[in-house]
Amino acid sequence: MDELRDLYQEVIFDHNRQPRNFHKLPAANRRADGFNPLCGDQLTVYMKVNDAGVIEEVSFEGRGCAISTASASIMTETLRGKTGQEAQRLFDGFHRLVTGDGGSNGSELGKLAVLGGVRDYPSRVKCATLAWHTVQAALRNESSRVTTE
Amino acid sequence: MNPVSEPRLHVVKPAVGALDVARVRTEFPILHQQVRGKPLVYLDNAATTQKPRAVIEALDHYYRFDNANIHRGVHTLSVRATVAYERTRETIRDFINARSTKEVVFVRGATEAINLVAQTWGRANVKAGDEILISEMEHHSNIVPWQMLCEQVGAKLKVIPINDAGELLLEQLDSLLTERTKLVGVTHCSNALGTVNPVRKIIEKAHAAGAVVLVDGAQAVAHLPVDVQALDCDFYVFSGHKLYGPTGVGALYGKEALLDAMPPWHGGGEMIKYVTFEKTIYNDLPAKFEAGTPHIAGGIGLGAAIDYVRGIGLGAIAAHEHDLLSYATQRTAEIPEMRIIGTAREKSGILSFELGRIHPHDIGTILDHQGVAIRTGHHCAMPVMQRYCVPATARVSFAMYNTREEVDAFMNAVRKVIEVFR
Repeated sequence: MDELRDLYQEVIFDHNRQPRNFHKLPAANRRADGFNPLCGDQLTVYMKVNDAGVIEEVSFEGRGCAISTASASIMTETLRGKTGQEAQRLFDGFHRLVTGDGGSNGSELGKLAVLGGVRDYPSRVKCATLAWHTVQAALRNESSRVTTE
Repeated sequence: MNPVSEPRLHVVKPAVGALDVARVRTEFPILHQQVRGKPLVYLDNAATTQKPRAVIEALDHYYRFDNANIHRGVHTLSVRATVAYERTRETIRDFINARSTKEVVFVRGATEAINLVAQTWGRANVKAGDEILISEMEHHSNIVPWQMLCEQVGAKLKVIPINDAGELLLEQLDSLLTERTKLVGVTHCSNALGTVNPVRKIIEKAHAAGAVVLVDGAQAVAHLPVDVQALDCDFYVFSGHKLYGPTGVGALYGKEALLDAMPPWHGGGEMIKYVTFEKTIYNDLPAKFEAGTPHIAGGIGLGAAIDYVRGIGLGAIAAHEHDLLSYATQRTAEIPEMRIIGTAREKSGILSFELGRIHPHDIGTILDHQGVAIRTGHHCAMPVMQRYCVPATARVSFAMYNTREEVDAFMNAVRKVIEVFR
């Protein structure tokens, strides 16, 4: 059970039950759809990025497992006020954290570190990264749908 | 709370002597291990079944003593390998009651078999404006090859819908079958819902309309007796690995006259009689469809698997699995959040379910923590998920070696999921 709690931390349940920034964004100028064909999870990320490249607002909608919903929710909280480059750096760090690659302990990642337990569940890495892949696509302003495959 | 209707289990005549599950379990070495500190409870048999010792030993024996290429060497090992491989063809013929071994083509699995039929029979017989009729509960492998064919020739794909219980709406079959319908592709047993379809009746109606019928038997052959002559199907396909055999080998059954008239698929060695740069004479059946060196060990292993299954008896296996399904279905009623998806009257040992708002992937991970292996996802049947408006389901599927105690372990693990998510 303890091991299971490493994955399903209380913060994750909290974000799963009440996802933050879980709505459309009328002022959005970037948007992308993400899809995980493995489990059917789908989400849409909306962003308002200003001329200086700063993400002023970010939100999401969709349905997914607790890990993907919580990851998307925490991500939206983290990305607000960041530039595209900073977002990319965060994703790189987050990716290393959840894949256990490069020994990141998540200390530089703040709240995102609660998803560190995913590293022991390789089959769930895609759940945790779906929202991030979708943000990357939105930042590149790709209108096409991204998939985790 | 969702009502759980209990499927009426179809009556299967028990074989002489009921199945001795304790003894069966001793024949499957993989079952005797712990996963995350708990005894393994393997309930993902619709994805793939575990292999009995007889199959593992057949593979081992082949590579230790008989490994050689088949159908071409004059040396002793080649003869031994050829005899063993061809013996499986005869075993399959007898297992599904085909008229002749010419009607049994080795393939990689059910998926390859369907693609073979679509690209050979289909390309030769389906023209622009023709129709292919499949069902709403098909696995992607019995959807996509036909979509590809339709795109290539300008034909139209039509779908037999299902009701809320997961049964085909057969009353619509008469209007869906037209003089343009060239082929009906239907699954014998749904991998996502467990529904056993009345294929005999469908075949009769399709034939009356002048269409040929391909039956996807991937989920059927390990769980109920199949007689292709009694069904009168034109094509029947299955995979070895869902029948306790190795992965990468399966069979296509086709009526001889149909196979004979079909163009070959892959070109290469084995499928030819005579080759010059000007012209090639193709081989006779079934070699015409078997280009290249096949999965020889797999074929031999599949023969051992079928022998093993027949030794236990499909009647006894079906009765045992129906007991498990019935017991599990009853027990799910104890958990109000559990909703079964697929409550057809005729079902095989498959139980797809939702658990309140808890996502199937979370269920799967927490069950794995209790040593319980189930499948979660869309089960390669996305249209079925769309039909029930769910992104995915969790699925338990039984095999001959499962027990009521394992159903209990599964139920306890489900309670744990609810506890964790409370």
